[in-house]
Amino acid sequence: MAQGWNPGGTSFWKDVWLRLEKNKPAMFGLVVVIIFSAVAIIAPLLSPADPLKTDLSNRLKPPGSPSEICSNGVYILGSDEFGRDILSRILFGARVSLSVGIISQVLVTAIGVTMGALAGYYGGKVDMIIMRIADILFAFPDLLFYIGVMFALGPSIYNVFIALALIGWAGMARLVRSQVLYLREMEYVEAARAQGLSDARIILRHILPNCMGPIIVSVTMGIPGAILAEASLSFLGLGVQPPTPSWGNMIYAARSYMLTNPWYSVWPGIAIMITVFSFNLLGDGLRDALDPRLKR
Amino acid sequence: MEEKSLLEVKDLTVKFFTDDGVVTAVDRVSFDIKRGETLGMVGESGCGKSVTSLAIMRLLPSPPARITSGKILFEGEDLLQKSEAEMRRIRGNRISMIFQEPMTSLNPVFTVGRQISEAIMLHQKLSGKEAVERAVEMLRLVGIPNPEKRYHEYPHQMSGGMRQRVMIAMALSCNPKLLIADEPTTALDVTIQAQILDLMNRLKDRVGMSVLLITHDLGVVAETARRVVVMYAGQVVEEASCEDLFENPLHPYTAGLLKSIPRLEGEKGRLNVIEGSVPNPLNLPPGCRFNPRCPEAADICRKKSPALLEMGNGRRVRCFSRGSPPEEV
Repeated sequence: MAQGWNPGGTSFWKDVWLRLEKNKPAMFGLVVVIIFSAVAIIAPLLSPADPLKTDLSNRLKPPGSPSEICSNGVYILGSDEFGRDILSRILFGARVSLSVGIISQVLVTAIGVTMGALAGYYGGKVDMIIMRIADILFAFPDLLFYIGVMFALGPSIYNVFIALALIGWAGMARLVRSQVLYLREMEYVEAARAQGLSDARIILRHILPNCMGPIIVSVTMGIPGAILAEASLSFLGLGVQPPTPSWGNMIYAARSYMLTNPWYSVWPGIAIMITVFSFNLLGDGLRDALDPRLKR
Repeated sequence: MEEKSLLEVKDLTVKFFTDDGVVTAVDRVSFDIKRGETLGMVGESGCGKSVTSLAIMRLLPSPPARITSGKILFEGEDLLQKSEAEMRRIRGNRISMIFQEPMTSLNPVFTVGRQISEAIMLHQKLSGKEAVERAVEMLRLVGIPNPEKRYHEYPHQMSGGMRQRVMIAMALSCNPKLLIADEPTTALDVTIQAQILDLMNRLKDRVGMSVLLITHDLGVVAETARRVVVMYAGQVVEEASCEDLFENPLHPYTAGLLKSIPRLEGEKGRLNVIEGSVPNPLNLPPGCRFNPRCPEAADICRKKSPALLEMGNGRRVRCFSRGSPPEEV
């Protein structure tokens, strides 16, 4: 898997980029992800109103209604049950959703890669213990675990990170373990050992860089999962707490007005959908680009 | 004058404890390598050559492998008594190793230069810049053209011969006393093979190291080694100087190996082969291990195993028909 992917002479990552570039859906996903990340970063500049500012005289207005709190004078996407601007709340909610997706995946990767590498490289009892814990995590529905952890720690965005990481690492550990099991038998690992390198150095310098491809794909595919999990938790009232906007708790709040003001729940729903969809397209494209066997 | 041995392997026994039973991969093997000498180790696949070399490096996977007896004296110190940390300082520094597959022995995600300088920085305590200079110098030494540019290339950008040169550069970068070359040319085509052997010979003299050359190719041994150890089914069956071995092989197995080398002159026809195959190490034949394939096998060969007989002049053989006494059990 690791050898001979490109006789052409360009470096591996250049080759991956060339393959990714040709994949239109993946490029679409990448562009959307970049735009959304930019939006999340500059949300205060783009928002017509303070996402927390209420106007009780203008509650649940449809899109396009005149507004006193918005700088442009219009609720572009309507207002919520406290008269807050939904557009501003969605823009600020992107910060929550994207940071949940990215930070939880960073934690998942840190724990999962460490555990997986230890299990795969050392085998034996270490492997046995780590993988049985992972099996336990796999044996129950994730949401049940999230709810348990959130109950134990109390609802807050930091605890959402922790809950997602505590449960999500198992999948990453399995993936990395299987890669390490294969890579540790490679001759260059033997050669590295014959050079007198320590185990830590061999794992960090010679094994892990060779499983970057699957790890990157797993992270990209994990981000939408984490965004959805945060939305589910917020929907259950266990995630990000009001008044901080997150797409999940906006849908949660909107559900009471589903019949009378359907657009209220539609906007955060669309935001989640586009984000998740884009990350999935990007992840799919990365998987194809990183795996030369799928090359046409 | 008695030459001092650099490496002395004494009665080395390596057993593999597998689910199917205990396999004795290396059975009381003894040999020594003098300073500056190339020792060839010859035998078919599975005769214990590679296991012996990995045992010297203490790189055998354990479990299932275990060194159950013996000593490996390197510059007078027993490597089997060393801690893992001490071994790490020896590996790649005082003893280094080249592997069979140059295509897979280099890490595909790093430039070859970084892989060489990694070991240099580890063992020689040089700064990053000095290590890079030394790595470039090593690449030049092994005959890689344009080493400054090649330093920044990835393994897949090089041919098999070039990669094996890189492996040699890496192995020699810390001026080792002993180089273990495990079938260094098997994966290369014949012209490159000759170049690599020639390179190893030249560098050996220049650096003043000893070489343990493991191969199944007697032609390779003839070109490089001064003495040869022939192994069969985990045992040393014959040891001789290169000339003696080729002129007058004592063990029927060695004779068989020599007959099965293709030759340009002489009668045409099918190539000679040694009948049969290497015995299953889980189920060795009684008596001499070679007896089922031996054209000269007598009754005693099927009942007792021969001991290694010292013939003087550094020559040893394990065969009843050459006068070996039976082994005491």
